[in-house]
Parts: sequence; C-alpha cells; structure tokens
Amino acid sequence: MATSSRSASTPGWPVSGAQSRPPAAQGAGGWTWALTAPLLVFLAIAFLGPVLLMLARAVSDAELPSAWPQTAQLLRDWDGNGPPDDRLAAALGTEILAARRAGTLNRVANRLNYDLVGSRSLVYATGDALERGASVRGFADLARIDRRWINPAVWTAMRHAAGPRTSFYLLASVDRRLDGDGRIVQVEREQAVFVDILLRTFLISAVVALLCALLGYPVAYLLATLPSRWANPLLILVLLPFWTSALVRTTAWVVLLQTHGVLNEALIGMGLIETPLALIYNRLGVYIAMTHVLLPFLVLPLYGVMKGISAAEMRAATSLGAGPLTVFLRIYLPQTLPGLLAGMIIVFTLALGYYITPALVGGGADQMVSGSIAFYTNQSLNWGMAAALSLLLLVPLTLMLFAGRYLTKSVPV
Amino acid sequence: MSVVTPYRTRAQRIGRGVLIGFCALVFAFLVLPTLAVIPISLNPSAFLVFPTEGLSLRWYAALFESPAWTQAFRNSLMVAVATTLIATPLGTLAAIGLARMRSRLKPLLIGLFAAPMVVPVIIVAIAFYFLFAPMGLVNSFVGLVLAHTVLAIPFVVVVVHASLQGFDFEVLRAASSLGARPHTVLLRVLAPLIAPGIAAGAVFAFMTSFDETVVALFVAGPDQRTIPLQMFEGVREQISPTITAAATLLVLLSTLLLGTAELLRRRSERMNRPPAV
Repeated sequence: MATSSRSASTPGWPVSGAQSRPPAAQGAGGWTWALTAPLLVFLAIAFLGPVLLMLARAVSDAELPSAWPQTAQLLRDWDGNGPPDDRLAAALGTEILAARRAGTLNRVANRLNYDLVGSRSLVYATGDALERGASVRGFADLARIDRRWINPAVWTAMRHAAGPRTSFYLLASVDRRLDGDGRIVQVEREQAVFVDILLRTFLISAVVALLCALLGYPVAYLLATLPSRWANPLLILVLLPFWTSALVRTTAWVVLLQTHGVLNEALIGMGLIETPLALIYNRLGVYIAMTHVLLPFLVLPLYGVMKGISAAEMRAATSLGAGPLTVFLRIYLPQTLPGLLAGMIIVFTLALGYYITPALVGGGADQMVSGSIAFYTNQSLNWGMAAALSLLLLVPLTLMLFAGRYLTKSVPV
Repeated sequence: MSVVTPYRTRAQRIGRGVLIGFCALVFAFLVLPTLAVIPISLNPSAFLVFPTEGLSLRWYAALFESPAWTQAFRNSLMVAVATTLIATPLGTLAAIGLARMRSRLKPLLIGLFAAPMVVPVIIVAIAFYFLFAPMGLVNSFVGLVLAHTVLAIPFVVVVVHASLQGFDFEVLRAASSLGARPHTVLLRVLAPLIAPGIAAGAVFAFMTSFDETVVALFVAGPDQRTIPLQMFEGVREQISPTITAAATLLVLLSTLLLGTAELLRRRSERMNRPPAV
C-alpha cells in the first residue's frame, strides 16, 4: 500500500499532521457530521419534506384558485357584505365555462360541496347553462340562470374556498366550521363524525395500553425474577410474536375468531354453544388482536427496568419486618413505575396510528383515525381532509412522547 | 440482578403459583394463535380448522403454482433487497457518526433518525402518495423502495449504534497512526469489527420492507403487488387456506431471519464489550 512507506518513518506515533481528519481524531466534529450527512439529506428529502408538504395541505386551499384564478382573487378582495358585484359575477361566469371545458370543474365543485351540500349541482347546472349559450354580465344574470345563486351561504362557501390559506379542513376535523359571520360553529349533527372517531381512537388505544400493562407486568416480573436458564427460553416466547409481522398475526386471529373459525367450531363441537359467537368484526376483536400485537412492546422495556432493580433493598426491607405486600408496593412497584409508564406510552402511541389491525378485525363502528385518513386519501379523494386528520393524529402523539420523555427520565433506554 | 427471594410461607408459595399460572396463560396467548396457523395450513380440506383426516401440502402446492403469489414473492424480494442495499450503508455510516458525535445537536439528530419509527405508518404512506401521485411515481418500484428505505433506516441506525456501545475507538486511532487512510480505517478496520451488528441491521431492514403493508397499499400498483398486499386483500375478501400456507412460510422466514439477527446482535455486543477487569 502506498501509505505504508510513509507511516514507516514515524512508527507508533500519531500522524495526524500527515492526514486530513483521521477518523479517530479526539472530539472532532467534522467527520462525524460527514458520516451522518448522507442520511440527514436522505431523510430531509424523502421523509421530512413529503410529510411537511402533506401536512401543509391541511391549511391550504388550491382547488378553487387553480380552477378559477380571477374569481379567487376577486373573492379575496371582496368584504362579503351585500350581493357580490357584477365584476365578480362576470368573472365567475367566464371561469365556470372555461373550467368546464378544461375538465377542472369537478374538483372545485367537490371542494365547494364539502362546505355547502348542494353547491356541486349548482356549479354543474350553471356550467351546463353557460355551455348552452347563456351569458353572465352581472349578478342578475347568475340569479336568472339558477335561483340558488342569491343564497348568501353559497358566496360564503366560495369565499372560504378562495385560498390560499384555509382553516376549513382543520375546523372540519374537529366537527367545526365558520359561519357567514366568520364565527366558529358546530357542524350539523349528521356531519359531525370526527370528534367521535378521535375519541374512539383514544379509547381503543388507552384500553389496549391498559390490557398490555395488566398482562405484561406479571410476565416481565416473572422473567426478571427467574434464573436466566429459565428466563432466556421464555424470553423467546415474547420475541417470537415480536418478530412476526402484525399482518400475519392479525391474519391468524381472523382464522381463529371468525364466525366459522377454529374457536367457534371447537366450542360448538364441544357442545358449549349452539350458535357461533361474534368474536371478530367488532370491538372485542380489535382489543384482542391489538393487545396481542402490541404486548411485546410493553414487556421488553419493562423487563429491562426490572432486571436493573437490586434485590438487596427488598431483602433489607424484609429484614426490617416489612411484609411481602409492603415490600412490593413500597419498594418494588415505585421503581418499576417509570418502566411501566414508558411501555404503556409506547403501546398507546403505536396504537393511535394503527391501520391494518382495525381494518381487518374491526367493524364499521371500530374504525380509527387512520381508517378515516385512508378513506379520504383513496376513496373520497379529499386530500385536505386526510392531511388535517393526520395533523390531528400527530399533535397528541407528539405531546405524549414529550410527556413520556419527561415522566420517564430515569428509564435507561 | 434477579430478585430471587426464598419463598418461606405458604401464602408466598401460592402467590408464586398463581403468578406462574397467569404468565403461562399470557405466554399461550402470545404464541399459540400464530402457531395455530401451521396445522391449519396442512389441512387437506378447504375448511379453516385443525386437520382431522391426515396432513397435506396441497395448499403449499397451490401457493407455488399461483402466478399471483409467485409474482408477489418476486416483487417483495426485489423491493426488500433494494431497500436493504440503500438503508444499510446510509444507516451504518450515520450510526458510526452518531456514536462519536459530541455536538449539542445530537439529540435532535437522533430524534430525526428515529422519527420514521414513531410517526404512524399511515402518515408516511399518504405523504408519499400525495408527493408521488402528481409526479407519476405512484405504481412504481422507485417509490416503494424509497418509502421502505425511510421506514427501515431507524432499525439499522439503532442496531448498529447499539453494537458500537463499548467499542474501543482507540483501535481506529491506532490504525490511522499507522498510516491508514480514513476510508481504509472505515472499511478494513471498523467494518469487520462491527460486522455482526451491521448484518443484524441489514436483516432488520430486509424484514421491515418484506413485511410492510400500509405504504404498499398506497404506493404500489398492480405490477408491484407484494406478498403482504396479496395477504391483506385475501384476508379482506375471503380468507382461503392458501393464505394460511403463506402465513406459515412468513412466520418461519421472519423467525429464522430475526432470530439470526438477534444472535448476531448479542454476539456483536459481546465482542466489543471491554474486557472484565
């Protein structure tokens, strides 16, 4: 090698002068940054960028401004009092026809319909009339084409959609909207679904975290107190499901729990029940499958914490006359609480965003926020709503994680 | 340390018995449902119950003869290999950098590197979907590999970073003092020493991609159908015995690969632990 002859002149001595930044330079910052830079750039472009751009859709309105640019500008300049002026009405007429011919009318019609049901048919009907030769020079012409244009709510909806920023999706994600006077009001009862879904998501996640704690605490305790020749093989029983994908394990639960599944057939075969039990496609199925999928995430960190607790303190307490229950409650439990809390927070936050398991084993009334996000992305194509719901999911999740960090500072992770 | 205390009183012995009994039930809950799929997949009949009249590999034959499943396997393998090849070097370099970094920004960096593990996958999935759809990258392998790489990277960073704990960086100083250039030090001294850790990270990256469903649901098209997608659709429509055969193979594969990774990880931690004084 070329370098070997050079280093031969100074055997055994650091030759930092001969090289630029040797990788082991003490406390050098440069090379550590150089090594992390590729990943930093990759994640900025392929992760942070896309996620932030997606979230930005929650507060931006692009449908109306892109289809009707001039109308959008005039709507933004208008104070909203009284009937719209003729210049605005004329621009709207021209741009409805142009958008109809360019094939962009459906997007803006859909957007207006989110805010005011019925707007879609109004926009389409007006487009049809314009195509047939009607002309719009002023507000009166619009009203003649369709009486619905004199409804102030239509113009309020259009002003809300004129962009470029909007509070519409964020408010809608908590079942609120702006009324004509710019006040935040509750949406109509039949449209108010998101608060329910959000509360349901919290409830399911909290129940799953609690179930994991109830099942996981004794297991972690047993593993931590057994001699390692017993604990290690048993630990594999916890790792085994940890390694298998959530999809495969959910599939297994469907096979076991479905109407003519293994469990129901076995119970009927034994004569214990006559008709199959409803074990799946309901809340029970969601709790069973999600607890199963997430339990290792609680056991493993808790086991780590319990392994670190010294037996000497408990022996000391016992020798001073404390009963086993007192020792457990006053010495052992307080030391394991941070680990338990950390595990429950991990389970809770993972459960918040779960999609696969509720989608496969839940019924219609068990779908969580993630299911709504998928629906608005794939089926209703309302991307602004999907983004707002994502934000709604991320905010409590981030708060939980920070709270977790604060509460569990003592957990060695 | 373990907390073994002698159980003197009768009440304590009963308590211990109850604990062990309860834990046995939880262990059964953890393991049996997944393992139950194995005998069901060997049932010669089309009913999803335990076999009573002999065993058969009929559903495995159906699996291997189905063009949809074999194509899905090829797609999964291709995406997972590509993901591993990108995520492993990126994650390994970053983990090495992190291990020696003393900057105040280090916690921020760790947070960013771990974020794809914490952010719900559905959010990563639609972020990619919204980005790729206008670019025409939806229904492409490029999109799927990029998204899977993002999801796989935290595992590589965490595993390699852990294998560097207790690593004696003086070895690298020694190498460079003997004239080795930085890349030589990295590739010929450091890499072999932490090879088990890197291999474990690579296995985690591979399995992350191979098992991934949610991003694939959004980003993959009919030509990129992966094994998990094929399973997801099957479970959603009408669950067939073929799916139990596929599930069995996936359980075996992930147990084998991640079990190996776990052994590698422990070995690497043992190797680099400072000798006991």
